[in-house]
Amino acid sequence: MLRKAIALAALGIALVAGPAAANTGEGYELRHPKWTFTGPFGKFDPAQLQRGYKVYREVCAACHAMDLMYFRNLGQSSGPFYDAEYKNPNDNPYVKSLAKDIQVPDIDSETGDVIQRPATPADRFPKPFPNEAAARASNGGAAPPDLSVIAKAREGGPDYIYSILTGYLAPPAGLTMTPTQHYNAYMAGDLAPYWKGQGHAPKGGFIAMPAPLADGKVTFDDGKPSTVAQQAEDVTAFLAWAAEPKQTERKQFGLGAMIYLLIFTVILYFSYRRVWRNVAH
Amino acid sequence: MSGPSTYEPKTGIERWLDTRLPIVRFMYDTALDFPTPKNLNYWWTFGGILALMLGLQIATGVVLAMHYVPHVDYAFASVERIMRDVNYGWLIRYMHANGASMFFLAVYLHMIRNLYYGSYKAPREVLWILGCLIYLAMMATGFIGYVLPWGQMSFHGAVVITNLFGALPIIGPPITTWLWGGFAVDNATLNRFFSLHYLLPFVIAGLVILHIWALHVPGNNNPTGVNVKSKADTVPFHPYYTVKDGFAIGVFLLLFGAFVFYNPNVLGHADNYIPANPLVTPAHIVPEWYFLPFYAILRAVPDKLGGVLLMFGAIATLFVLPWLDTSKVRSMRYRPTAKWYFWIFVLAALVLGYCGGQLPDNPVIGAPTGLMLLDADVNSMVWLSRVATLYFFAYFWIILPVLGLTETPLPVPEGISEPVLSHPATTPTGAAASPEKRG
Amino acid sequence: MGKPPGGPLSKGSFKVADTVVGANPDPHADPSRRDFIHIAAVAGAAGAVAGIAWPLIDQMNPAGDTLALASIEFDLSKVVEGQQVVIKWRGKPLFVRNRTAAEIQKAVATPLSELRDPETDEARHKPGKPQWLVLIGTCTHLGCVPTFGGGDYGGWFCPCHGSHYDTSGRIRKGPAPKNLAVPDWDFLSDTKIKVG
Repeated sequence: MLRKAIALAALGIALVAGPAAANTGEGYELRHPKWTFTGPFGKFDPAQLQRGYKVYREVCAACHAMDLMYFRNLGQSSGPFYDAEYKNPNDNPYVKSLAKDIQVPDIDSETGDVIQRPATPADRFPKPFPNEAAARASNGGAAPPDLSVIAKAREGGPDYIYSILTGYLAPPAGLTMTPTQHYNAYMAGDLAPYWKGQGHAPKGGFIAMPAPLADGKVTFDDGKPSTVAQQAEDVTAFLAWAAEPKQTERKQFGLGAMIYLLIFTVILYFSYRRVWRNVAH
Repeated sequence: MSGPSTYEPKTGIERWLDTRLPIVRFMYDTALDFPTPKNLNYWWTFGGILALMLGLQIATGVVLAMHYVPHVDYAFASVERIMRDVNYGWLIRYMHANGASMFFLAVYLHMIRNLYYGSYKAPREVLWILGCLIYLAMMATGFIGYVLPWGQMSFHGAVVITNLFGALPIIGPPITTWLWGGFAVDNATLNRFFSLHYLLPFVIAGLVILHIWALHVPGNNNPTGVNVKSKADTVPFHPYYTVKDGFAIGVFLLLFGAFVFYNPNVLGHADNYIPANPLVTPAHIVPEWYFLPFYAILRAVPDKLGGVLLMFGAIATLFVLPWLDTSKVRSMRYRPTAKWYFWIFVLAALVLGYCGGQLPDNPVIGAPTGLMLLDADVNSMVWLSRVATLYFFAYFWIILPVLGLTETPLPVPEGISEPVLSHPATTPTGAAASPEKRG
Repeated sequence: MGKPPGGPLSKGSFKVADTVVGANPDPHADPSRRDFIHIAAVAGAAGAVAGIAWPLIDQMNPAGDTLALASIEFDLSKVVEGQQVVIKWRGKPLFVRNRTAAEIQKAVATPLSELRDPETDEARHKPGKPQWLVLIGTCTHLGCVPTFGGGDYGGWFCPCHGSHYDTSGRIRKGPAPKNLAVPDWDFLSDTKIKVG
């Protein structure tokens, strides 16, 4: 009986997963680096998150906001700069100094003027553009999306981000390009109208963002070779963490909860058998 | 509620209270001593599971409302703040979001049990209709709740569903404007949806009380479908069914936990983590999985009004089911022919759910045949959903009424505890009972 | 049909009784008997309820963003001698007062025996910097905000119920039971302080 119920449940889940899987079409199959944070026991690697933050700060932040992120988040448990000595991330000196390097807008409490001051851990990551219209105007008509929860907001999650970042292949010969569009093998889109070559239009699509990463563009403090693949992997890990900073906590809490529930269910089963042992049913 | 009360107050306080407000007596008769058929299988545990899920949804929902901001500018960020900053906010929000799915999963299994064992038949028609009302209220609550995070799917889902009412002639457009409180889904809509999302669960809770009341008048149906004859057919609800339901709840919670802790977003859509943007619609807009069968019925009809009417008709059909099924036998166990039609019906419902998640023109298998039938390729989701929709309605309106008159049922046992010697499989099962019980 | 009783939905759970036992087992095998496994089951249920209750309770405690603002830094160079600046800290007013020598003198000279809540002036400022007084600006009576420089003692006066505080923020007259509270604060540099 129970097995059937579970089978039915699984069927229902398969039904739900079906459309999702059918959706990703268009581009090539996503690249899948070995992430440390996937799976029930996955954890973020702080060193990788630190490198990823550096990539975001030095490359992505020029155009992409992360409005839901605060500097203090960098120092919280399972974050890139977590220090067990400072349980309150606001006191973490490293986070403070990172914040201080960034200017954030504020209102002078005496004059009422708009000023720039060094950030504190309680401040949000500043936005590169004051509003969406400005963002669009500065980027050829396409506003760069906010990256706070981007890893949750794209089908394929981290794999998708990594694939896009490393997917700036040479455009296939025969593809009509416009100066503001860039070919990316993992971008969804229909290239048929731009295809002048033989046979079917190539997979992939146009993306407004030019290839953001380049070998050696960011110098990693821990001496990791700064290749495009390494930068992409690290910044993707950082974005995956930023999309769900409580992910590690969730999995750890979940492990305890699931073990407890399992034991509890087994006890209930024996209790049930005992209660019913004298009843023919 | 059925039969005389067996409650005897033990202490002075209990006696004092019992003569003033016999609430302990009521609880005792309802939840502890209620005589329940002793042969209920695990399909009967979903009632308890659903009660728990309603309680969990209300508890987590009340808590989320303490942090949520129902404003178009803040709703999305306030939900993310719950996930990031509120203590255990991630747990509470994921429990609430996945809890909705689990609630619907349990209610569908509860309904399948009902359809198979004929629990909707006399004298339980009112019980069944109350259940349908609960289901309807659940659908409204689930849909409205999905709008609140104010992501892309929230917004455009709200646009599509509210526009359904616009299909009605004359009254349609004013109703839609009234629902929106403006010329489009906007802040006014979000605010009223929040208010209604807080209200409806308590309406459901009220209906659940009536549902349990209506259950306790005739008592539970059981897998044989025959009426309870004597006390020997029943056991008190506690401890027999509290512990059995408890075990089933444990198993169910393990499934629930697997989603909440390890796959919290798998039942949702990635697009809903993009803040709502009225100027851009996501490429592929689908409702939550529990609405997919109805969504497929809606899209199976090429006419806007026709689709809307057929979709609501699918739900309305459930309400009249007790009078459509003409069979005197409740349980499909003794209806060899109806059983097969029933399982085809379950398959049709699953197929509809599958079609609802696909683009209408997608081929079912392989590539399109190029053979057009009316408006679409023969090998397309839209035709598959048409076939399944046809069966869905035929099952209720043709198969069940006709089959009840033409089918020859198997011999039905006299009572739950009575052996039915003419039933070939009964004797060995009975003989295999444990010797312990004779001791 | 060669199926087990009752068809596909009921395998294994439905056994027609060959004798009528059921609800009347013998008293020695009372199924509701409190043996270990039942106690464990009830305890497990209680634990599960407590386990889910705690997150539902703890969520009402201050959230991460609220805690982030729980400590602030403030530049003292904005406060002129003899004046105070009011800043908001944890949703409440915080008095940062730059006292004159006369005001300090008055506070130090007050004998402890005259105080309702005896406390020396030294205990209420940082060593060697008596001019700087940092106080939580809510009356210890019922939480109103006392006005600067008012009252009989030149400190603060609470308009709600008439409590008088001296230049050290100590209660002297009126219904309030305690001195104005000194928060947890410290100098980061000569002109910069951190509160909380």
